[in-house]
Amino acid sequence: MSEILVLVDHVDGAVRKPTLELLAIAKRLGAPSAVFIGGAGQAEAAAEQLGKFGAEKIYAVDDAQIKGYLVAPKAEALQQLAAATNPGAILISSSSEGKEIAGRLAIKLESGLITDAVDVAADGTTTQSVFAGNFTVQAKVTKGTPIITVKPNAAAPEEGAAAGAVEAFAVTISDAAKTAQIVASQPRQATGRPELTEAAIVVSGGRGTGGDFSAVEALADSLGAAVGASRAAVDSGWKPHTFQVGQTGKTVSPQLYVANGISGAIQHRAGMQTSKTIVAVNKDEEAPIFELVDFGVVGDLHSVLPALTAEVEKRKG
Amino acid sequence: MNIVVCVKYVPDATADRQFESDNTVDRVGVDGLLSELDEYAVEQSLQIKEKREGEEVTVTALCVGPAEAEAAVRKSLQMGADAGVHVIDDAIAGSDAIATSLVLAKAIEKIGQPDLIVCGMASTDAGMSVVPAMLAERLGLPQVTFASVVETQGDQVRIKRDGDTATEVVGGTLPLVLSVTDQTGEARYPSFKGIMAAKKKTVDTYSLGDLGVDAGSVGLSVAWTEVAETSARPPRTAGEIVTDESGSGAAALAEFLAAKKFI
Ligand SMILES: Cc1cc2nc3c(=O)[nH]c(=O)nc-3n(C[C@H](O)[C@H](O)[C@H](O)COP(=O)(O)OP(=O)(O)OC[C@H]3O[C@@H](n4cnc5c(N)ncnc54)[C@H](O)[C@@H]3O)c2cc1C
Ligand SMILES: Nc1ncnc2c1ncn2[C@@H]1O[C@H](COP(=O)(O)O)[C@@H](O)[C@H]1O
Repeated sequence: MSEILVLVDHVDGAVRKPTLELLAIAKRLGAPSAVFIGGAGQAEAAAEQLGKFGAEKIYAVDDAQIKGYLVAPKAEALQQLAAATNPGAILISSSSEGKEIAGRLAIKLESGLITDAVDVAADGTTTQSVFAGNFTVQAKVTKGTPIITVKPNAAAPEEGAAAGAVEAFAVTISDAAKTAQIVASQPRQATGRPELTEAAIVVSGGRGTGGDFSAVEALADSLGAAVGASRAAVDSGWKPHTFQVGQTGKTVSPQLYVANGISGAIQHRAGMQTSKTIVAVNKDEEAPIFELVDFGVVGDLHSVLPALTAEVEKRKG
Repeated sequence: MNIVVCVKYVPDATADRQFESDNTVDRVGVDGLLSELDEYAVEQSLQIKEKREGEEVTVTALCVGPAEAEAAVRKSLQMGADAGVHVIDDAIAGSDAIATSLVLAKAIEKIGQPDLIVCGMASTDAGMSVVPAMLAERLGLPQVTFASVVETQGDQVRIKRDGDTATEVVGGTLPLVLSVTDQTGEARYPSFKGIMAAKKKTVDTYSLGDLGVDAGSVGLSVAWTEVAETSARPPRTAGEIVTDESGSGAAALAEFLAAKKFI
């Protein structure tokens, strides 16, 4: 069975959930090997968790020459590892960095690339959602080593004891790859709520909030949900860009999406249309968001949301 | 200073976008336009030019696409770009990002000695957000990408990049590839003067032969990925809509959420 390389997405050693989803997908395709690019001892510390979720091997790549530079060194490291292991496929998270690493790697390896898969079958056929979620596309890489970037929530992490054996892999990074320097980095502030792209429930607010997100946030907290925003709300400075749902923000595909004071422009739909259940509160019965909903309330969010939150709290007991 | 801004011609996102029978994007049946996200790239290119008073700066808009795609270059010229290049060749139809980046890279080499290549963050059609990174790879240049803020001084470029887990400041030295997001600030509308001036500007057209690209290395038949199937998502079945009257809306919604086991 061929090895399937999974690039581990982590923050200071803490493995992010989409990596565990990639391991579950890798298991369908072959023998999962995690590629951990990080500082001394970090791969060893993550080994137990990665093994538990299916990694047979963990390649520990020292990041001394890699961190501090954008994208290119990671692509070089993966190229060298691919040359040494001849994998059956390479799986990477569909973040902006993940996609860029994949793009450079595709050219280096002369291999086909598929981005933003929402599913990958055992034969390598991927499913993507395109045109603002209006179309589904099934595709396959036909040349070289398939390189696939996968969206969060594409699979459920699967437990199953795998060896999780750590193996150091030495890479040589060229000077040419060390040209875009990360001069400063400010970690994102924890919100105490679930990660937007990973959450089972997302409660979003738009221009209709008038800038007061407290009712949206209170509902989100009663449901254990993440908070999202439309671009209008972000452009108004009410929420940082990291909250934005849509074409130029995050794509979310939760079990439940609650849109409040959001009209439902095509660019917003692009980021939420594949949610399983969609609910909206909007005072304009003509708002296009109502074309998408499973349940809609025509009303003022400033009165509907607090009443709903109270009802949720009451039912929770 | 030579700035090349890569602009794509895409089907209008607000129109009814479709696929052709060969599973390529229908670029003819639906009205097309300059990708809105590439307007931000043109805007940043023009701002960089405007800030460099006293320095000779040329902004060249570059587009790879069918005959209609010249409209994307024209619009860039109306906004204020100085020159336009349109790569057009029947063999290009159906190219994936890998082939498109090859053609763009060869065209940029032909335009000659670019100091700065500016791209949008993604194509608004089946965009992957990979062409800028691929261009950097092919041209052997640094990539400073997904910029929400751009600053340049002399040969130094600094950007703010909002990543998934951190906001980073990334720096590089010209020549390099820059891509910009819609956070960089509204793109200008062409002024009447700009529209008139654009009429006098020429758009050079190149074929693959002009670029020394083998027609057999691009296009649908040699793409490194194959689309097996495209299907329209089934329309969502019409949901229930209630009008709130003194609290009835919240009660009905709570009932719905409970029935679906969300509460
Ligand atoms: C290139 C490009 C990329 C874009 N990317 C994105 C993106 O990623 N994400 C995104 O969201 N947008 C994006 N947009 C913007 C998009 O086109 C819309 O402008 C935006 O989504 C509108 O946000 P909104 O629904 O909050 O505001 P509006 O369209 O102004 O809608 C506000 C809604 O609130 C309702 N309302 C007002 N008051 C109340 C109240 N008290 N109670 C209940 N309802 C109320 C109104 O009836 C209205 O329907 C993009 C646009 C472009 C051109
Ligand atoms: N056919 C094209 N012609 C010109 N520029 C392009 C073309 N395709 C992609 N680009 C550039 O690459 C960016 C990212 O595209 P993509 O990787 O397709 O999402 C776009 O915003 C454009 O700046």
